[in-house]
Amino acid sequence: MSILGTRVLRTEDPKFLTVGGMYTADLRIDGAAHATYVRSSMAHARIRSIDVEAARSAPGVVDVFTAADIDLVPAVGGMGMMPPAMGRPYLASGTVRFVGEPVAVIVTEERAQGEDAAELVMVDYDPLPPVVDPETSQARDTLLFPEHGSNVAFGIETLAAMGLLGPDPRTTPDEHLFDGCEVVVRQRIVNRRVAPCPLEVRAAAARWEPDGRLTFWSSNQTPHGVRNALAAVYGLPPEQVHVITPDVGGGFGAKIGSYPEEVLVPWLARRLGRPVAWTETRSESMVGLGHGRAQVQFAELGGSRDGRIEAYRLTVVQDSGAYPDTGAFLPMMTRAMLPGVYDIARQECIPVSVVTNTTPVQAYRGAGRPEAAAAIERMFDVYADEIGMDPAELRRRNLIPGNVFPFTTPQGSTYDSGDYEGALDRVLEAAGYGELRAEQQRRHQAGGPVRMGIGLSVYVEITGPAGPSEYGAVEVLPDGRARVRTGTSPHGQGHATSFAMIVSDQTGIPVDHIDLIHGDTDLVPRGEGTMGSRSLQKGGVAVRDATAGLLERARELAANLLEASPEDIVVDTATGRLHVAGTPTAGRTWAELAEAAADDGGLAAEADSVPTGPTYPFGAHIAVVDVDTETGKVVLRRMVAVDDAGRILNPMLVEGQVHGGLAQGIAQALLEEVRYDDDGNPMTTNLADYTFVSAAELPSFETVHMETPTPSNVLGAKGIGESGSIGSTPAVQNAVVDALSDLGVRHIDMPTTPERVWAAIREVRQ
Amino acid sequence: MIPAQFEYVRAASADEAVALLGEHGDEAKLLAGGHSLLPLMKLRLAAPSVLIDVGRLRDLSYVSDGGDHVAIGALTRHHDVQRSSLLQSSMPLLPYVAGLVGDPQVRHRGTIGGSLAHGDPASDLPAAILALGGTLVIQGPGGAREVAATDFFRGFLETALGPDELLTEIRVPKMGGAGWSYQKFNRRAQDWAIVGVAAVGAQAGGGVALVNMASVPVRAASVEQAVASGASVQDAAASAAEGLDPPGDLNASPEFRRHLATVLVRRALEEVASPR
Amino acid sequence: MMINGSRQEHEVEPRQLLVQFIRESAGLTGTNIGCDTSSCGACTVLLEGESVKSCTLLAAQADGASITTIEGLAGADGTLHPVQQAFHENHGLQCGYCTPGMVMAAVSLIEENPSLDEAAVREGLEGNLCRCTGYHNIVKAVLAAAGAGA
Repeated sequence: MSILGTRVLRTEDPKFLTVGGMYTADLRIDGAAHATYVRSSMAHARIRSIDVEAARSAPGVVDVFTAADIDLVPAVGGMGMMPPAMGRPYLASGTVRFVGEPVAVIVTEERAQGEDAAELVMVDYDPLPPVVDPETSQARDTLLFPEHGSNVAFGIETLAAMGLLGPDPRTTPDEHLFDGCEVVVRQRIVNRRVAPCPLEVRAAAARWEPDGRLTFWSSNQTPHGVRNALAAVYGLPPEQVHVITPDVGGGFGAKIGSYPEEVLVPWLARRLGRPVAWTETRSESMVGLGHGRAQVQFAELGGSRDGRIEAYRLTVVQDSGAYPDTGAFLPMMTRAMLPGVYDIARQECIPVSVVTNTTPVQAYRGAGRPEAAAAIERMFDVYADEIGMDPAELRRRNLIPGNVFPFTTPQGSTYDSGDYEGALDRVLEAAGYGELRAEQQRRHQAGGPVRMGIGLSVYVEITGPAGPSEYGAVEVLPDGRARVRTGTSPHGQGHATSFAMIVSDQTGIPVDHIDLIHGDTDLVPRGEGTMGSRSLQKGGVAVRDATAGLLERARELAANLLEASPEDIVVDTATGRLHVAGTPTAGRTWAELAEAAADDGGLAAEADSVPTGPTYPFGAHIAVVDVDTETGKVVLRRMVAVDDAGRILNPMLVEGQVHGGLAQGIAQALLEEVRYDDDGNPMTTNLADYTFVSAAELPSFETVHMETPTPSNVLGAKGIGESGSIGSTPAVQNAVVDALSDLGVRHIDMPTTPERVWAAIREVRQ
Repeated sequence: MIPAQFEYVRAASADEAVALLGEHGDEAKLLAGGHSLLPLMKLRLAAPSVLIDVGRLRDLSYVSDGGDHVAIGALTRHHDVQRSSLLQSSMPLLPYVAGLVGDPQVRHRGTIGGSLAHGDPASDLPAAILALGGTLVIQGPGGAREVAATDFFRGFLETALGPDELLTEIRVPKMGGAGWSYQKFNRRAQDWAIVGVAAVGAQAGGGVALVNMASVPVRAASVEQAVASGASVQDAAASAAEGLDPPGDLNASPEFRRHLATVLVRRALEEVASPR
Repeated sequence: MMINGSRQEHEVEPRQLLVQFIRESAGLTGTNIGCDTSSCGACTVLLEGESVKSCTLLAAQADGASITTIEGLAGADGTLHPVQQAFHENHGLQCGYCTPGMVMAAVSLIEENPSLDEAAVREGLEGNLCRCTGYHNIVKAVLAAAGAGA
């Protein structure tokens, strides 16, 4: 029986459970000084002067630097697509554009001294009007980047000019889109800004070696990307830069690429002639690490009175924050997934990304796709409510059927495989939908302040976007252990276990005899890191391909030793032995073969997986809530999740990913939001004010696995990492509104805080 | 994340603590469990130059039966208040509230005295002590004095404690079997109350106290009067916010707090009236 | 103070937090710092057997005390504590950053509460934040460990 598809406990665990991981801030680098950034307290201001003299003479201070001191070429940010005029400096130069923007950096012997000295840096600001609202940012007189001439960073016109709009190249709304629709529902929806909050904040350290190489440690999801970026900035060939990502305590998209604070660390080390280490505080991270989501949407859904949806338009204003980067691009992912699981004749999505005086927005679990699902799933409920149809039935009538895959949407997304009706059926069954509606009826009739709500979502999303291949290598050592190398960069996903399972399945080497090397650019020649739920379908495939290559080499070796031909050599995965077919005694163990190959190049193989297109995992979620209409408090009673990411390698790891995504998606619907006041001051700058969800606010989850393989890769696997956060947010939000729709409430924006719920009820009762 | 520098001294007795306070004046703060003070110091919102650690004064940690009241040492931890069988039987409101403060780790360190001396209107225990009609025993250079809880909370984070005084004991009358309720409304279990209500039945004095409805822990005077004059629970609760100026913050507007107060007071009074 | 049975004696600034004493002076980096408002619990250790947030104590307050960190939980022969074992068997960790604090909080929770149900575990872990697991498997692990006579 194959080990694939079984629950294998993680080989990573023992270390984390006994001594803890080795995270970047745990490193002890001899002679390292510590960097502390001084950050802007103004959202938008010109810097008149920065006085660092008092700081410079504070105890333990090695030196203090401002923008004027930094002679470093700008890093290429903004995915190379954003306006150059909106490029972000390492330290604010002339103008600060968000509270938290670094304006100076202090290097000290001890870290605490940096905090002390930071209080002595005096910045003289000339305030400028803050732009905080993305909707008015477009029309504002105040420009963040006057040379650019507008606050628009990115839009559909840019994609059109690049020829990347797919089959639907229109950039202006079609005023006839809803012609003939008997019913059109319209709703403004806010997909609110959230903070990714990995438990480990950012940290980096740099040391220049005697031979001129740069060693750089960082808490990051993309070691090779960081290497290439640093090489470019520091004018070095990539081989001269050694990037190590030790254990990483979560990333969720926010640790893709490098932040200015990190890129500067090698400069400090070079300037001061000694290693430099940096780690931020949580309060700094809440304003310095990229935020997520932050879209204002206007959705319009039209169709017939009997539930046939014919037209959908989504207008998106993306808040990019002060310096447009990945976040500014993400509405294009929203557009790419516009119709979700539905077959809608006429569709339109016109997004625009603007800048505001807030923390720059980056990728965050789902990165553009949760926003698409949340919008269309909310609108389906609004539409269902309008025509008096059950929300599940409305969805069923409009799903892309199971027999049309691959299916290409008007935006050019080609869904590889799917069974949306199957997912809907499974979730309705798992939740006991009929009984839930009956219970809800009974409780509505009985009255009482606590009302029950049932919310549904059916979603599809895109993972492993087309792009470069991924690197994998496997080597067997004379002691019989196997060593795998991957260009992915796990930070909790369990690649050591899952990739070991792949190798074990093909070779018979036990999982606990297999080690994974990752996160070190000297030990792994190339890689794309871990993001976009790509790792198994790209990295796992590369490992599998490399193992196939290893088997070929092993067969040749064995054939030589056993005086047979390679085609006659079989691999007995039960015993981890290769032998002549039909003659089990004539064989060699993996250790023996590795020993034999030791002087002859070793027993190893590597592969770069063939680039394949993206895959489209899907699913359906149901949330059941109780809403206390007197206080507005929402309690999530049940969360039922059906998720299909193709063939499952390790169901335990899959569940873990789904659970984590569910928690984050639920949190966005019920609890979490980043808030700014009208002057651009962030109000949620620590984990006491930012209501990061805890175990006490969540139920246990009911997860159902579905497996509709993808033809895209040999593992039949799509990516599961983000699904949980995509389906859950609209399911929960819909449930809250469903609890109150009888009262006339039609929409409540996320998070559905007690006050928002109370206000919505009050509004309809007046 | 790291506090500004300070001098640390340890007091071996309450008398020594008082003497040290007198010596250092405004520059000094007492450190008990540290779970009100240290978080402020780590964010550099407070920066005393001297910390006087009284955390080891074991003789100020006790729960003892005083006949018609229970005497609780100021340095008794929330964990110990929560688990005291004496308190559970004689004034169940108090251990229940102590069990809702923070989280288990906080309750292993935070003290009732520390919480009361900090006087945060968003804290749970001040409201409980107010509702129960407790008395605070204070030690200063001139000896000991007593202050009723209703006179203890003077202004925002300002109590009747003088700069050279130490809270040593809290005396709380036994409840005599009276009904009670504590309504803590928050968004996450570890959060401060957005609004909270502590209430006890007539046999225990009929006190109703509010959390986060003013700049100080307060008693809901209108509610108490309404109840005492025979008003219905509904009518009494309707006056919950009367005369009060609740704060607006990230979690609630003043208007929402007013509304919550009426709902939570009503629920508290209902629970007070129902048998356990 | 004693940390995991070994004597640790270092001279420190008054403002040094216990978590810094553990990580920097004693070199035990298993205990992590995840926030600056005593909210996340990543720094949880046992002080005289009771869970505390080591970021909210001065090292000076723990002078002379007995501390247990994650590094001191397993047996001398490497046998995992039932809570560690349960976390492993129930996939109660992913990136591992919250794990040491979560495990120590769970040890204390189980020790003080003989009959834990799911609601009590979730309440009991209100002060320990995790971003990766969604808590589902952590709760399972704690209940399993409690049932296993941890």
